[in-house]
Amino acid sequence: MTVVTKFPYDKDYIEKFSTERNEPDWMKNLRLEAYQQAEVLDLPKPDKTNINRWNFTNFKHGAEGEAFSSIDDLPKELAEHFDLDNVPENLIIQRNQTVAYATMSEELKEKGVIFTDILTACKEHSDLVEKYFMKDAVKVDEHRLTALHAALLNGGVFVYVPKNVQIKEPIQTVFWQEDPESALFNHVLVVADENSELTYVENYLSNNEDEETVSNIVTEVIALDNAKVSFGAVDNFAPGTTSYINRRGVAYNYATIDWALGQMNEGNTVSENVTDLVGNHATTNLRTVTVGRGKQVQNFTAITHHIGLHTDGIISQRGVMKGQTTSIFNAIGKIEKGASKANAEQESRILMLSGDARGDANPILLIDEDDVTAGHAASVGRIDEMQIFYLMSRGITRKDAERLIIHGFLEPVVAELPIEAVKQQLQHLIERKID
Amino acid sequence: MAGSTLEIKDLHVSIEDTEILKGVNLTIKGGEFHAVMGPNGTGKSTLASAIMGHPQYEITKGSILLDGEDVLEMEVDERARAGLFLAMQYPSEISGVTTSEFLRSAINAHRGEGNEIQLMEFIKELDQALDDLNIDKNMAQRYLNEGFSGGEKKRNEILQLLMLQPAIAILDEIDSGLDIDALKIVSKAINSQRKDSFGCLIITHYQRLLNYITPDYVHVMMQGRIVKSGGPELAERLEAEGYEWIKEELGIEDVTVGQEA
Ligand SMILES: Nc1ncnc2c1ncn2[C@@H]1O[C@H](COP(=O)(O)OP(=O)(O)OP(=O)(O)O)[C@@H](O)[C@H]1O
Ligand SMILES: [Mg+2]
Repeated sequence: MTVVTKFPYDKDYIEKFSTERNEPDWMKNLRLEAYQQAEVLDLPKPDKTNINRWNFTNFKHGAEGEAFSSIDDLPKELAEHFDLDNVPENLIIQRNQTVAYATMSEELKEKGVIFTDILTACKEHSDLVEKYFMKDAVKVDEHRLTALHAALLNGGVFVYVPKNVQIKEPIQTVFWQEDPESALFNHVLVVADENSELTYVENYLSNNEDEETVSNIVTEVIALDNAKVSFGAVDNFAPGTTSYINRRGVAYNYATIDWALGQMNEGNTVSENVTDLVGNHATTNLRTVTVGRGKQVQNFTAITHHIGLHTDGIISQRGVMKGQTTSIFNAIGKIEKGASKANAEQESRILMLSGDARGDANPILLIDEDDVTAGHAASVGRIDEMQIFYLMSRGITRKDAERLIIHGFLEPVVAELPIEAVKQQLQHLIERKID
Repeated sequence: MAGSTLEIKDLHVSIEDTEILKGVNLTIKGGEFHAVMGPNGTGKSTLASAIMGHPQYEITKGSILLDGEDVLEMEVDERARAGLFLAMQYPSEISGVTTSEFLRSAINAHRGEGNEIQLMEFIKELDQALDDLNIDKNMAQRYLNEGFSGGEKKRNEILQLLMLQPAIAILDEIDSGLDIDALKIVSKAINSQRKDSFGCLIITHYQRLLNYITPDYVHVMMQGRIVKSGGPELAERLEAEGYEWIKEELGIEDVTVGQEA
């Protein structure tokens, strides 16, 4: 028997939502089909975390936001994402579902770079978006949440870098869920055409302490032959937001996708990061940091999926656990038969700051090919009292000594974030959370 | 500035219920250099660690006073801010924290809130200290002690001493792992600190360090006590003859702690 799940928004609502926005038919149909699938598909089953009772149905869909007339009008919580004396040239700020601020350098426009919100892109670059949207990376019918994502998509951006275009200046986005009850079904699609290069950094934030809502994020990064993508993110959803975040890359021949993710959500979170190394000599290097606190439950799964020859996939996860939080870190290197000369390495390290917190690091290798190299390391530990003694013996208080050690523990990942202002913002967030 | 005085009286220290120090008496004043020698396992590092407040060591009897203040009542960081410094035999590695970042935190902890060191001033002082110790400038940007060679760690300890300017420093085997040139450089840096406001306790096994840093007093530890004290000539005799004659003189068979005379 199929159980049909009821959602607060029905088919008619979706049809109307799509029509009002003049979406192309393919998009409207995709939404409607996805909605039908969402009704019958199961929730995803992240290893070792049961999410069946999490809130994925209680939310409001649809909230507009006011535009910012100037970057100087930004509220404090947004302003700290930038060096205001040096505002990024390529920036989109999304407030609820509205593009509140958007700018792109003339140079990028001339070179044919596309950087626009996803709903506009569906109309103005319909063929290009249709070609990649939930095709090669994340599939609509993976489970209920991916289907629901497609059905209710209400924000996001599309980035396209044409062949042979190398962008030096980073592209930055901020997705601000200002309305405390409004859900974010955000889709980021980054397509780096052959021999192109870009750095993209995104920030998510919301303010809902008590109100419950949902974020359902899908990010797809397509790196065609010889393209190089450096992807940074800081997730900072408030305690009331239940998050499902799926970031997936597909790297073709000689392509590289590097990820640096600051996973700083305050609410329950399932975060999945997969890179399909489809092409020969494709590489990925994923680094993540997280600080868990309060009673939040989180599940982080990182996968390098080796398909081509001579692929290289490195995962390095670091987590600091406080309070009564529970976090599972799964780091998986999956090597397909025929993917010879692949190299897969995973490292997961967890620092426990409280006896009530729970952390679990699971490095997993799934190998179907003989001619490969692979390695993994995992540790779950407490702060070393000898280190504390050493730092305190130089006059540093216990609290500051702990802070320094935690900072040092996370530093290898924080240092990788490609934008200085975002790096600093992540550092502030870390400090705020461990205090 | 008149120097500080560190007084150790009848100090008894246990670790996991085994008594290791069994009544140590020692007074170090500003301007004085003391050397503590003694065979392996006789309690030298234990004394150093107990003074600094190492969490594993339990003081069961006796007292430690710094200018009359009860050191045993102080937390480790308070002891440091009161003027004590321990160059450790085995310094910890702190991944992800650069030597420079750490030094700045330590200096600011000493100076207190609102009186933080200016960045330019800090860089100037750091560069000077690095030069004095002939340390490559890049080392300050490396993570603290991580992957440092034995000798580099020791030099880094002295770098911290130069930057923090303690009143009383305890150097636990600062010469081990140093090559001959480094030994000279480090000794020179320590000698340059000789002044009324600086007292030093040097734990070493070898006369060669004391050839460069002439101590005012030399003490010999055995069985968790100071069993003999003298001037620099005592160290020279130990170098020439070893510890046998002291053992005979005092009727000691096994020098290590846990053995009774
Ligand atoms: N954590 C510990 N647990 C048990 N015994 C210990 C511990 N630390 C030190 N000891 C013992 O205390 C005694 C004194 O050790 P200490 O390190 O003070 O000697 P030391 O004089 O510094 O020796 P060395 O010259 O080899 O550095 C030794 O017998 C040592 O084994
Ligand atoms: Mg020792």
